[in-house]
Amino acid sequence: MTVVAFPILIPFVLMLILIMVRSSIWAKWIGVLGSALLCFISIYLFALLKNKEIITLNMGGWRAPFGIVLVIDYLSSIMLIISSLVVLAISIYAVYYMDGNHKSTKFYVFFFSLIMGVNGAFTTGDVFNLYVWFEVILISSFVLITLGNSKEQLEGGIKYMALNLIGSLFFLAGLGLLYAKTGTMNMAQLAQILRNHEQAIFINSSAVLFFIAFGIKAAVFPLFFWLPSSYHTPNITVTALFAGLLTKVGVYALIRFFTLFFVQDQQFWHNLLLVIAGFTMVTGGIAASAHNDTRRILSYHIISQVGYIIMGLGIFTPLAIAGAIYFTIHNMIAKTNAFFVAGIINKFTGTFNLKDIGGLLKRSPLLAVLFVIPALALAGVPPLSGFFAKFILIKAGIEDKHYLVTAVAVLTAMLTLYSMIKIWSEAFLKKPPEFNKLEEGKLKLKFLDILPSIILGILSILLGVFALHVFHYTMEAANQLIEPSKYIETVLQGTKP
Amino acid sequence: MEIILAILVGILYTAGAYMLLRRSILKFIIGIIFISNATNLLVFLASGITRGKPAFVNDNVLKAEAIADPLPQALVLTAIVIGFGIVVFTLALKFKFFQVTGTDDLDQLKQTDN
Repeated sequence: MTVVAFPILIPFVLMLILIMVRSSIWAKWIGVLGSALLCFISIYLFALLKNKEIITLNMGGWRAPFGIVLVIDYLSSIMLIISSLVVLAISIYAVYYMDGNHKSTKFYVFFFSLIMGVNGAFTTGDVFNLYVWFEVILISSFVLITLGNSKEQLEGGIKYMALNLIGSLFFLAGLGLLYAKTGTMNMAQLAQILRNHEQAIFINSSAVLFFIAFGIKAAVFPLFFWLPSSYHTPNITVTALFAGLLTKVGVYALIRFFTLFFVQDQQFWHNLLLVIAGFTMVTGGIAASAHNDTRRILSYHIISQVGYIIMGLGIFTPLAIAGAIYFTIHNMIAKTNAFFVAGIINKFTGTFNLKDIGGLLKRSPLLAVLFVIPALALAGVPPLSGFFAKFILIKAGIEDKHYLVTAVAVLTAMLTLYSMIKIWSEAFLKKPPEFNKLEEGKLKLKFLDILPSIILGILSILLGVFALHVFHYTMEAANQLIEPSKYIETVLQGTKP
Repeated sequence: MEIILAILVGILYTAGAYMLLRRSILKFIIGIIFISNATNLLVFLASGITRGKPAFVNDNVLKAEAIADPLPQALVLTAIVIGFGIVVFTLALKFKFFQVTGTDDLDQLKQTDN
């Protein structure tokens, strides 16, 4: 099935085209139309999945355990669809918010190379290939985060670079040790070998290295420090892109590895994951409530929300995994949307600082509505997406008797609500500060300014209204992850180890 | 041979970790290079070293165990190339940062925290 490679090939071709394009108007059109094409392809792939369950493609014609194989199962496909929807919204957003014509051509080049990396990471079935896609993501994100060359951006870029480089070196070391022990890099064959392996202690050495590597990417508790000190520096479009996709790639890799083949020492790993999930939720939540810059509040929020996903992985029942996947979907959409609204506020008031703005509810009720949707979705108010995501996770936690971490999750939801209310009351309700009195009157929002936010807002609502249907597919994905015999069989096609 | 390389990997990791903890950004990058090379060697060592038996299968060699495993070498080649690219980017970033701020001191990087 050649179409499996399209989510990687399309961004690659678009990137090559965009390098040659000088005119920024053309670059914008190619960016938006290319993202729409990507959306269409990933929905088509999902439709194909309905009768086949798992689709594979052996790259270069080499058979599975020897060559690189691309695998699409429900988890990959769901991630592809949601990321392409988010990417479509961001590509429209970038048209109006990536300032400077010169910048936007450059932006779209690295935008698509980042997406190529993300889609590659979601579809690959080979551990080393995953490493290569992580590096592709890393290099493109380095360029995106320093695009603009201001002092703050360079500083944030250095911090981002430092910890993420160390993370990918951990990844490479873990990969080397894993190859030494098993002699293969194919995920399905690794699962075949390691799932029946008794001596967990030998596998744990590489599992820990992988955990650190993906933990840095996903920004879990003791490893998240690069995120809040770099995410608020670049252009808001780039921040929204990173918030929507980057940490989720780390989370995806954690879910994939710790359900497929690092399943020997379950007691140790699941307890560790639950403890880390608890700390991640609480530190992110508390730190978010201490800040006054919308971008910083939302950045700390990313960390807090990653905690929920890790909690789902730590509980490790089909329901909990389904909840974690649902939460990932919800979070990609709502978080990106929240950053969009922060960017819109910045465009019209010139600041991200909550102390300097106020009274936006009077000036633009429409903007208030746009903010309320992602804010309430993140806080978990029914009938928006966040409620069902949290509900599934908390239900799974209580069913499996993890009362402590469940209690932490419920309390963190309060913290989330608190910081959302903080943005709401500071930016929208309170009177504008004295020195900012000059800017009175209605905001003139153009339709195209807010279109991306409307798209994601509607998605957020639909995700809540049709929660049952979405949940059905995430449950399907979770079942595939917990019972990977079909995955192994399809990928290896009956090859003996 | 494995023993010597294993010790070398250890030394490179130690030196790299020491350099990472220095205050200068340039020394930090040198630390990254050390650790990256140590990791490459680690992957290279992963499947053991077979001396003088390249992985060309002809009629004389029938047993796979007798020849060197080509995969880790291919992996390391890829990793080295990626490593080069990243080091070049970090050096360019460091140069740009130095141009803008005139400092090489990591302790000065406090504007984006807190």
